[in-house]
This record gives sequence, C-alpha cells and structure tokens, in this order.
Amino acid sequence: MKASVEIRSAPHIKGPRSVEQIMANVVYSLAPVCAFFVYQYGISAAASILVVTAACLLAERAFVRSGTQAGSLSDFSATITGLLLALTLPPGFPLWMGAVAGVAAIALGKALFGGIGFNVFNPALVGRAFVQAAFPAAIATYTPSFLPGRFTQFIPSSLAWPLMAPADAAAWLKAMQFDALASATPLAKWKFEGALTAIDDLLTALSGHIASGPSPLLILTCGAYLALRRFMDWRIPVAVLGSAGLAAWLIHLADAKYPDAFFVLSSGGLVLGAVYMATDMATSPVTPRGMWLYGGLIGVLTVVIRYYSGLPEGVMYAILIGNAATPLIERVTQPTPFGKGVSIQARKSASYTLHPDYISREEAGAKTPKKRFLKNKGKS
Amino acid sequence: MKLLSYFRGEAFQRGVHPPGCKHTADTPIRRLPFAPRLVVPLSQHIGKPSRPIVRVGEEVLRGQPIAEADGWLSVPQHAPATGVVEAIELRPSARGPWTECIVIRVYEASTQEVLWGTPQDIDAFPPQEIVLAVQRTGMVGLGGAAFPSHAKLTVPEGARVETLVVNGCECEPYLTCDHRVMVEQAADLMTGIRHAMRATGASRAIIGVEDNKPAAAEAMRRALPPQGNIFVEEVPTKYPQGSEKMLITALFGVEVPSGKLPLSLGMVVNNVGTLAALGRLLPAGQGLVERVVTVTGPGVARPGDYRVPLGTPISFVLDHAGAPASVANNARQVILGGPMMGQSVASLDVPVTKGVSGVLVFRGEDMTGREGRKTYPCIKCGECVESCPMGLNPSMLGMLAARREYDAMGEQYHLGDCFECGCCTYTCPSNIPLVQQFRVAKQILREKAAA
Repeated sequence: MKASVEIRSAPHIKGPRSVEQIMANVVYSLAPVCAFFVYQYGISAAASILVVTAACLLAERAFVRSGTQAGSLSDFSATITGLLLALTLPPGFPLWMGAVAGVAAIALGKALFGGIGFNVFNPALVGRAFVQAAFPAAIATYTPSFLPGRFTQFIPSSLAWPLMAPADAAAWLKAMQFDALASATPLAKWKFEGALTAIDDLLTALSGHIASGPSPLLILTCGAYLALRRFMDWRIPVAVLGSAGLAAWLIHLADAKYPDAFFVLSSGGLVLGAVYMATDMATSPVTPRGMWLYGGLIGVLTVVIRYYSGLPEGVMYAILIGNAATPLIERVTQPTPFGKGVSIQARKSASYTLHPDYISREEAGAKTPKKRFLKNKGKS
Repeated sequence: MKLLSYFRGEAFQRGVHPPGCKHTADTPIRRLPFAPRLVVPLSQHIGKPSRPIVRVGEEVLRGQPIAEADGWLSVPQHAPATGVVEAIELRPSARGPWTECIVIRVYEASTQEVLWGTPQDIDAFPPQEIVLAVQRTGMVGLGGAAFPSHAKLTVPEGARVETLVVNGCECEPYLTCDHRVMVEQAADLMTGIRHAMRATGASRAIIGVEDNKPAAAEAMRRALPPQGNIFVEEVPTKYPQGSEKMLITALFGVEVPSGKLPLSLGMVVNNVGTLAALGRLLPAGQGLVERVVTVTGPGVARPGDYRVPLGTPISFVLDHAGAPASVANNARQVILGGPMMGQSVASLDVPVTKGVSGVLVFRGEDMTGREGRKTYPCIKCGECVESCPMGLNPSMLGMLAARREYDAMGEQYHLGDCFECGCCTYTCPSNIPLVQQFRVAKQILREKAAA
C-alpha cells in the first residue's frame, strides 16, 4: 500500500492566536464595563446595548451573506462594534436611533470599505458620528445615573416611536424632582457652566446622579487584562492618555481657567476611547513608533477640541482624525531593519566584548566575561 | 521582561516562542542499520556538484571517495557503505528536481568498518592546510544550510577573525540532534573547535547554547580545555536564535550590518554538529559518511536521534523509527528539517543528505487543526511586526505581495533582508501565508535581477 504524502510550505506549525480569539477576549473584557453601565442606568442601558448590538450583527450578517466580504458573525468583530457603540451613546438614546446607529456603523464604517480588516475608520465611531449629525438633540440628552427605579422603568426617551420625537427628558426629570443641571455631562457642565466635578466621583462613577459613562477605573482594569494578555497594544492607550494629560497640564499651567490634567483624563469618553476605540487594530498603525505618534496625536487633538471648539467632547473626532492619519503615520514610521539602525554599534552591557583584548586567562588583566544569565531561569 | 533582556544585551529583539516539543532530548543517539541501497546525490551542498570518480560496477569501501570536488566551492563525496556502484543516474531530490546520484548496493556481509583514511596530525598543519583537509572530509554545514565548511573557515585576504562563534542553539522545535551531539561528543567538539580556531586564526571561541539545554551546556563545560579560550554561554530560548546574525546579537549585543557577513565583525559562525564531526574526522583523515538525524513527530512510534548513513532513503529511516509507509495509509506530511523552516518531501525515496537535520512526520489528524483555520484579511494587529527578527513590516509586505507589487517590496520595504524564518506566518492570527508569499516575491525579484 502506498502512503500519500502532502506537500506544504514551511512553517508547518502555527501559533495559537486567531482572530476569533482576539475578538472574543475583547468581548469578554467589555462584559464588566457593560454590566457597570447597566448598573448605572438600569433597563434603558440594557435595552440600548441589546438593540445596538443586534442591529450591528444583523447588518454584518446581511453584508457577509451578500458575498462581498470576508468575515462572519462568529469572529465577534461586529459584536465589539455594537457594544462599544452602545457604550458611547447616552443611556436614554431612543432605541430606534440606536438601531440606525448600529446599521450605519457596519454599513458605512465597515462594509463600505470591504469588511473586516479593511475599514479605515473605527466602525463604532462612524456610527456615532452618523447619529450625532442626524440626531444632535437626542445625543446630547443625558440623564443622571443611579436614578431610583431605574431597573423597573425605562427612561421615556428610550421608547420613542421610530421617526417620532423622543419624550422630553427635562420634563421627566422635573417630575422626578431633579434639576436640569443634573443631566449635563461633567464636560458640558465645565464647558457651559464652569462647574468642575470631583475627580474621585469621575474616576469611580459610583456617586449618584452624575451623567457619565462607566467608571474609567473599571475600563482601565479591563484594558490592563487585554494588554497583559497581549490582545491589545499597550502603547496606544499610554500614548493617548499621556499626551492628553501632558497637553492639559501645560495649558493649565499657562492659563488656570482651564481645568487640571486629572479632570481632563477622567472625564468624558477619553479613557474608553483610549483603551477600546483608538486601539482598534485595523484602524491604528502596525508599527511601534507609529503607535506612539498616533496615540499622541489623538490625545492632543482631544484636548484641543474640548478646549477650543464649540463641542464639550472631542474624543470621537480626535480618534477619527487619527484613523485618517494612520496610513501616513505608518509610512513615516516604518521599522528599522536589522543591521541598518543604530544598534550596529555594540552595546556596552553585552555578555562579550566585540573584540577580545586577551588571548587567554593567564594573561595579565584578563577577565572572564561576567555571567548575565540566571542558570535555568524558570521558563513559563 | 523582554525589554529588560534587550537592554542587558542578552537577546535579539522580537522573534517567537513556539512550543519546544523536544521529546527526544534525553534519548541517546542510536545507530541505524544500512539500507539495501544507498543513494548519494552529487549535489548535497551549496555550490557546484561533485564529479563522480567511480564507474558503474566498481566496488567501493566505506569511506572511500566516490566523487571529487569540482572547483573551490564544492566538496567530495564518500561512499557511505561498502558495496558496489549499481548506477549513476538521475533520482528525485528533496527539493523536487531529479539530480544525478551514485547508487550503491550495500554488501550485507561486510563489517562496514571505515577502513579508508590515514590518520594525520592536524596540530602540525599550517592554517591553509587545515582548510584543505576540511575540504577533503567533504564537510558541509550540518545545521541545514549545507554550505561547504572549508569555504566558511577560509579567511579572505585582508580580513581578520578574532572569534569563532559555535552555534549550538538548535532553536527549531522537535530537533535534538545538535543537543545529543553536544552531550555525547563534547570532546570531539572541543577538538573540532581547536582545529577551526587554528584554521581561522581566532583567539577565542564562544559556544552559544539556548538555556533549554542545560545538559548540553554542562557536558561542554566539563569538556572545556584548560587554556580558557573557549566559553560556553547560555542564551535565552527564542526562535530563530539559530540564525547566525541573531546569535551574534544575543552574545555580543551588536547587529551584523545589513548585507554583510559576520566576518565584517571578525567572526566566523559554525554549527556544533559540523565542528563535532570535524573533530572526529580530521585527525582520522576520513570523510563524512554519516550524520545524526532526529526522527520525530507525532507520526513516529520510536522517535529518537539516529546516526544515519548518508544516502539512506527516508522510507527506510521511517520504517526503522516506527512510521512504516504500510500503516500510514491516510494522508501525512514528511518534513526534512524542523517544523519552522523544513521542507516537505514529495517522495519517500528521497535520501538523507548532509544537510538533513531531522525527519518529522505529521499525521493527517495533526494537520487538521491548522487546516480548519480560516484565513481572514489582515486585521493589522501588528503581531508580525513584533515578531520579525529582521525588523521588517510583514503586514505591509503581505499587502504588497497580494497586489504583486514586488518591486516596491524589494526597494522600499527591505524584502531582501528576509531570511524566511517563518515567524510572521507562525504568529499571524489571520492565518495569512506571509512568508510563503515572500518566498515567491524573492524568487521573482531574483529572476528579474538575473534577466
């Protein structure tokens, strides 16, 4: 009997990492963030997350079925888009508008460019930008967190009929005996009223009745999980937060009417954007130096938009501009090939000098090279 | 951690950590019996094929030269067994094309003792004579490249060699032949190193061993000569450390300039297997007739390191290692070399040549995991950029290759520096055959340059 042999090209083994695994881990890490969002805003937030994600998945399925692009629902990329989009929308955002946002995110942000991997802009932010232009009033209407009865009662605007104006949130809040100021986001409060919110309230988002998203501390923890398991590049969040903090600190030094760096870092969507939006693989540079540049650009732009434009929040536009600049950034930050950079100079700390100045140990002044390796150090 | 070891100058940057799978590391080297027919290709090395000096029907002794070197970049071949030359004809080679081979029918009653060769006192030879003696042994790089060793030990006019780097990394998963040679033939290795140092004029030799082989490092430290000019250095395990440029970076913290040889830094790199074999062959004045081959993989019942006569057909090797062709009637893959850079063979009649360090067998069920993987478009995760030891941008190169923009790959993205280690394909989560595309692109660029 003849055995059949197969011919393949090396390498014949494959690393364990797959696209599905990366995306699934991002979804896992987003689960606590979503849970916290629901804890803050109750069933309206839960319904918003479900509807937006379902819209994304349905749109993805339709486009994949059309045969124009690779990918499938099981790669979880559309799920990530949906979850992130829902987290950036106000909790009381009308559900039908959320569905529009989800479909726009996948159709305009992803399918238009050719599907997974080819998108130029972060799909979730494209979806958000679409509804920000389409429904500017609804997207600026926030409600305070930790309202009583949030688990039994929808925020009335959530349940607006399609193409109908949503219920007035201010009137609803008045009926619940909250003043309108409570429903402004901390950034809007600062921008339009000059009122600062306490940093610890912002960081934990646990104190009642502020209109903010999930706790930045929780998002950072979930991001740290991803970065430690190398499902996300740590450079981009560090660069975004670092440059935003630095820019805010410098501006604060020059003119004290601007808030300090901590307020800028912990308010609005900056942490969510830095950890989950800016790090979207397809829309960020692949080169390590490019990642620093890209993150730095986003951080500085965020602060500039927040301070000097008519908008209270600038993370979304900063990231979209960063996405647009990615091909250019990659072009100027190509890695230096081996043997062409500075390290053709020998490092002083190396185990052996490049040129031996001794022939044998007996010779005067000869030194045995210092051992730098721990013997048999535990390999994980 | 990675960053720390880089700043301490201990390791080269990037690279990957495939699972070691070195199951045969503790089994001693065993000898394989002689196949009834041995097939000695005239081209087992880089350079011109050798010229046969025997006729069909002629009886040959084990170790007798049967082909002579044709020019400087060529080596002689020796009869791997006592027998009679049955044919000099075209036979399939591992790479595919048929090449000229000397077929020897082995005398079954022979003792197969190596009787050819006169002992010589290498220590009395001047360096040029040592190089010639190396050529007479027919030695080529046993690590896999099969570059003639004497050419590597020749120091060109004007150059000076200070350091002999001995490559004992064996970074390929599964392979353990160098490991066993370092453990069992440490004394031979030291002899070989001494002669190679004299041939090149090096004043010190540094043996680089990956730290997953403490037994090998220990055995060599025990065999070190008292002069103290040979050092054993453990380097952190990482693929592709066995590439000479990577090993030099790990040891000396310096990068060999692009497009240059280690010689430009006063170094010559040789594989441990090569030097150990030289240490045994040079004093005896014999030729290379056998080599140590790791026969392993999930499809092998009795994996181990075997001392195999050159020219033994792969099918014979597999029969003896417990992977007979009659049992494995389902599809399987046979690889010469390691799993990262080895070559799949199309025919099991292909012989073991001087450059074959391992025979690896994967069964059909071992391959399904890889086959079931879906290929996605590049998601630009940057894993390949973080794994490319040469600091290239495989993601960008892959996209250019898909669009067949080979010129841009070569000119702007340094495709010429790629040495096809396969880290990018190994690590790609989208399962894109990056290095395979680069091989095609490099071949097209070479053909363009030649035209």
